[in-house]
Amino acid sequence: MKTPEFLHGARLGMPIALGYIPVAFSFGMLAVKGGMPIWASIIISMTNLTSAGQFAGMNLILAGAGLTEIGITTFVINLRYMLMSLALSQKIEKLPLVKRMLVSAGITDEIYTVASTMPNKVSASFMAGLIIIPYIGWTLGTVLGALTNNILPPSVVSAMGITLYAMFIAIFIPAAKHNKGILAVLIFAIAVSCIFYYGIKAISSGWATIITAIAASAFGAVFFPKKEDTL
Amino acid sequence: MKLTLSIIIMAAVTYIIRAVPLCLFQKEINSKWFKSFLYYMPYAVLGAMTFPAIFHCTGSVISASLGFAAALILAYFDLGLMPAAIAAVIVVFITELFI
Repeated sequence: MKTPEFLHGARLGMPIALGYIPVAFSFGMLAVKGGMPIWASIIISMTNLTSAGQFAGMNLILAGAGLTEIGITTFVINLRYMLMSLALSQKIEKLPLVKRMLVSAGITDEIYTVASTMPNKVSASFMAGLIIIPYIGWTLGTVLGALTNNILPPSVVSAMGITLYAMFIAIFIPAAKHNKGILAVLIFAIAVSCIFYYGIKAISSGWATIITAIAASAFGAVFFPKKEDTL
Repeated sequence: MKLTLSIIIMAAVTYIIRAVPLCLFQKEINSKWFKSFLYYMPYAVLGAMTFPAIFHCTGSVISASLGFAAALILAYFDLGLMPAAIAAVIVVFITELFI
């Protein structure tokens, strides 16, 4: 374990953790309110580490859905991680299989985007820091939400809802300032995303993310191919 | 029992999706097009996840818009992820005290 790289990852993991706490909090709260045992809501957070998939799974469990339905829904909502996992296979330096298996468990939208927008290849120590801090935030938020809904006042939970989005903006605005390709991809992705959100409501958010990501990245690769040989 | 099974299925499906490409695919991709594609993908994902969701993530569109503006200003001057996140939260919190 290389300590400076671990700490670098951990530092970048802090805003992710801060953003996860209110989301996990509402997950824990809603799960327990809906009749799920406290232990179950915490175990789901610790073994899934994902928002949309967990919320959907929880609702299906509470509604008494069958195992097949739960499995298929989880698969469809989380399918985007496959794309991110493939991208990270090119971004993370060569690692033994065990370490790859550990890093895999920590692939989320936020962790993936922070790791893959690093200027160079990232190490296992960096990924460990970048994953562990948000994992703690996600678990802690769920525990707090499951045990009580009075620790954080609603106004604070509402305000904290913007954390992750603010962090996303702090990732892509500096990058887009100096890179026309990134700017074009962003505008394309935002336009497609808004069309899905306001126009085509029949498509789930999981599919909308996959379609938007593929379309906008392909657009960028065709019209703004990268010259340097870096990823 | 069924609850335990449901949790195991959710965890296993989610893990397999995450692990299969990263664990099985070790080769370096050489296609220039595909490298560009992967280079742009995080920005596409970020753009899609942020908009329009950011405007609907707090108590009102007004507080969310002001929080967005705060994050945008700090991001433009490259002040880091954490300051942008905290500034946005504070702006939303203060705005919601007044509306």
